[in-house]
Amino acid sequence: MFTALLIEQLLNGLQLGVMLFLMAAGLTLIFGVMGLINLAHGSLYMVGAFACATIAAATGSFWLGLVASLAAAAGVGALIEVAVIRRLYDRDHLDQVLATFALILILSEGARWLFGSFPLYLDIPRQLQGAVPLPGGGQYQLYRLAIIAVGFLVAIGLYLLISKTRLGMRIRAGESDREMIAALGVDISTLYTVVFALGAALAGLAGALVGALQSVQVGMGEPVLILAFVVIVIGGIGSIKGALVGAVIVGVVDTMGRFLLPSLLALTMPAAQATTIGAALASMLIYVVMALILAFRPSGLFAAET
Amino acid sequence: MNRESAVNLLLALLLIGVPLIAAGMGEPFYVTLATRVVVLALAAAGLNLALGLGGLLSFGHVAFFGLGGYVAGILATHAFNAEPLFAGIPGTTFMPLIWLVAVAVAGLVALPIGAISLRTTGVYFIMITLAFAQMIYYFAISWPAYGGEDGLSIYVRNAFPGVNTAKPLPYFLVCLAVLMATLLLFRLVEGSRFGSALQAARQNGTRLAAVGIPPFKIRLAAFTLSAMITGLAGALYADLNRFVGPSMLSWQMSGELIVLIILGGKGRLFGPVAGAMIFVCLEYVLGGITERWQFFLGLILLVIVLFARGGLLGLLSGKARHV
Repeated sequence: MFTALLIEQLLNGLQLGVMLFLMAAGLTLIFGVMGLINLAHGSLYMVGAFACATIAAATGSFWLGLVASLAAAAGVGALIEVAVIRRLYDRDHLDQVLATFALILILSEGARWLFGSFPLYLDIPRQLQGAVPLPGGGQYQLYRLAIIAVGFLVAIGLYLLISKTRLGMRIRAGESDREMIAALGVDISTLYTVVFALGAALAGLAGALVGALQSVQVGMGEPVLILAFVVIVIGGIGSIKGALVGAVIVGVVDTMGRFLLPSLLALTMPAAQATTIGAALASMLIYVVMALILAFRPSGLFAAET
Repeated sequence: MNRESAVNLLLALLLIGVPLIAAGMGEPFYVTLATRVVVLALAAAGLNLALGLGGLLSFGHVAFFGLGGYVAGILATHAFNAEPLFAGIPGTTFMPLIWLVAVAVAGLVALPIGAISLRTTGVYFIMITLAFAQMIYYFAISWPAYGGEDGLSIYVRNAFPGVNTAKPLPYFLVCLAVLMATLLLFRLVEGSRFGSALQAARQNGTRLAAVGIPPFKIRLAAFTLSAMITGLAGALYADLNRFVGPSMLSWQMSGELIVLIILGGKGRLFGPVAGAMIFVCLEYVLGGITERWQFFLGLILLVIVLFARGGLLGLLSGKARHV
């Protein structure tokens, strides 16, 4: 029974990690190419979740909702890139932080205006309901397995996109020398809009996928955004591979900490006390891991050489 | 007297005059609003030391603000219930002692956080300070002894010798005195050897190291001092609201502290004061017109960042000498 529980928690950790990867990949891509810190990335996650919930409720199809979430997040992303973000590339980090903080206020309050303060709910699609048996007895939700699969497919897709296609070549060139690639005749501002929309679409996808597990509400994006920051700091800014490794580390450490710490502490103290102290310590665990990794590698595990 | 000093004097007179007039007219609400301005200005003045003078964009200063608040709440609760804190040490409702503990706790927490975060620069620094603040936020939520998600109420405002702090105006004057003392400290630090080194560290760390001053130590000292001031503001804020909860640790509050500084003028002595005045007025005026005031606050902030740099003090008294 314990093995089954352990496997289940490991898979939960992996699922959290994969979702964080979808967020962190966009953030790290945007930072790597444009040098921009985007606090509003969590809002794009929220946009994706709301779009999916609304369209799924209207049409009855989760899959149409998923398409809508990609389109809405990419659309909103492209819009704010053209309207606001574009003016921030040459500014210092302080201006970027403030302007994207302002965008969070606008998008969150805008969403509350449109959808109200009550959370929306999104059902798991019929095809993915049910569970699969785990070795050692016990069952695991099929939908969560599907999320893990989607995450790894996106990781492979991003790898192929960046290393094998012409767009990927331009993205890599934009990372290393933006003046030169502009001089070679590449329309750099369109490239930036495309990269920003791509990152936004990934965040929207994550929001829609998680929306079916939790409720869809205003403010859902920011806790995930901050976790994604931890992921990027661990993995190294600008590195997709680092984002994947960091995301899996954060997801698994966080989930396993919450699962194991209370039982480990129960060996040395009364059970009730162990539960509260364990829970409090588990909530700090990933930050401790982050601090430890930084103590040895101040620029993350896979820092892009800049 | 140069133009900036004149503007500062005007702001100080406004800050003292409005609540005095409001109290005279029997409008205690405006006195409380002014106290909110003063306490937020104090918190931002702390951050201004790190951000304005040192160029350290800490997105996690709310951690120290919240810690200061929790110190006030926890000490007062223990005193109220007559339970010893630990090892027989009693709680207290004596404000100066609470302030001392709040400052010490904020400093002791800021030291390791700063030591780790300052190993990095730029975006890493922003993200790490934010992550540490979030860590303390989640700790406060999941630690049930002091209210967890519900927070702690302070049933009777803590006491200051010779002052009836339960009344709005005396408490306002106590907070104002603390703010003015802090601004004086800020001016002294800015003009000191340490202040020059800190500003040099912002402009060019390598050059500072070349003249034999390690930038890391200077930055760490500034980060810690700045956290201590913000912690003190947290203790005052908890007493103002007679409540402390995880909302005093939330990342939005961190953002708002930075916004205060930018609205007022980064690195300017009275920048945080001007910023807090604008922010509280916006909150009050917009909040009175529409429930969606944060939407418009976002728009205003966006316009200011994109098109009007330098804040109110930049607008009123021209470019700062040191920027």
